[in-house]
Amino acid sequence: MLQIENLHATVADKPILKGLSLTINAGEIHAIMGPNGAGKSTLSYVLGGRPGYEVTDGSATFDGADLLDMEPHERAAAGLFLGFQYPVEIPGVSNVQFLREALNAQRRARGEEPLSGGEFLKVARDKAALLKMDMDMLKRPVNVGFSGGEKKRNEMVQMGIIDPKLAILDETDSGLDIDALRTVGDGINSIMRRPDKAVLLITHYQRLLDYVQPDFVHVLAAGRIVKSGGPELARELEAHGYAEIAA
Amino acid sequence: MTTATLPSRRDEAWRYSDIEAVTAAWPLPAPESIIVPAGGNFARAIVQDAGDIRQIELVLGKGAVASLHVLNIGGAYGRIELAVTLHEGADFTLGAAQIGGGEQNLEIVTTVTHAEPGATSRQVVRSVLGGTATGTYLGKVAVARDAQQTDSAQDVKAMLLNRSATANAKPELEIYADDVKCAHGCAIGELDAMALYYLQSRGIPPGEAKKLMLQAFVAGVFDGAEDEARLQELALEKLGELV
Repeated sequence: MLQIENLHATVADKPILKGLSLTINAGEIHAIMGPNGAGKSTLSYVLGGRPGYEVTDGSATFDGADLLDMEPHERAAAGLFLGFQYPVEIPGVSNVQFLREALNAQRRARGEEPLSGGEFLKVARDKAALLKMDMDMLKRPVNVGFSGGEKKRNEMVQMGIIDPKLAILDETDSGLDIDALRTVGDGINSIMRRPDKAVLLITHYQRLLDYVQPDFVHVLAAGRIVKSGGPELARELEAHGYAEIAA
Repeated sequence: MTTATLPSRRDEAWRYSDIEAVTAAWPLPAPESIIVPAGGNFARAIVQDAGDIRQIELVLGKGAVASLHVLNIGGAYGRIELAVTLHEGADFTLGAAQIGGGEQNLEIVTTVTHAEPGATSRQVVRSVLGGTATGTYLGKVAVARDAQQTDSAQDVKAMLLNRSATANAKPELEIYADDVKCAHGCAIGELDAMALYYLQSRGIPPGEAKKLMLQAFVAGVFDGAEDEARLQELALEKLGELV
């Protein structure tokens, strides 16, 4: 589903990714772990097409199409979802309005019929219930006044409504208490653990991986993947730290 | 407000005006005069969509309530000038948006005089400017010596869609009483790049994302207007032309 080959990227002319390669197939859940400054968030932004993140070499192909050639909204319509480490507050725009516009823009781009207000609300209600989020929060302006945990939960509600093929989740576990972590973990499993979907989890800690079992774990250090393995690698990292494993 | 001689840019109230357009329209007709009697109620929506200089003198009697909602969007030069006088306990609300692109020059110029005690005035103005357009708000609040317990507020924000557009904003206070509350806030900025990216990352094309954010920026000014839906729709249509 996603093939990344020898990816090099800079932010403000500073090289961050230095030859990263990774292949994710449908039905797989991958976790990328690594120390601060390794390039984890840069990877997610490069794949999500954030302005200012310059690809200098290498390629990324999503379902056979050149991902790096697409605008951010085209990547979304193609089925890519980026869960933000720091979800953005948008005063004056309600969650419901935002998500309905987003979903229908994607559907139009794919040549599908837009959902009516009623159809959309039904989907939104289901997903909010799945993530144990109060429907009232969906009517409030996007992320405004939300706690850190509520913002992350809102990201997962959005993912549920948009129903992407590939989700890249950048530290979705940070800022969550234990109960919220379980809810979010269950949400990821129920929305994304399907033979036609895939997930790339970016995280610092083992704890999310207790709820969302990865098929593959990779260690990112200094802009490259230095080690890959199964779920046992995450536990090794937790026990011994990055310094030893990545060395 | 009645200007006897053709103004020039040396006149403070016409400093940013399109003097050529003013000259062409000269002499201006007498300002429209509206008197709201004591205890009365008045509301009006003004849509300036063809290029015009409109002057309105509004006098609110004791305890009268008036609200004006203004959408200033049309023509090469559009000026809306209000002179409001408030008697005891009167209440005045202005909610205004001006949205301009190309080479448009749009202005809202207000003088709100609190002539007697206990009156309230609230002005909210939002400008969205693209191209090489200019948007100006000059707002003077004058509080007479006797007008204690005056409560006035000016909330002025402008959004520039590119670096060649211009926003001027000048709240001005002239206070002769000593027990008053006169709040004023003013900000000029541009659309938040991270918020735009966030919207796009969810599948909303760049133009739609900008429109959504601008709509939210402008929306609040028409709250409570009788014609709210129509004003929102016209504003949205104009925003669509700019992004």
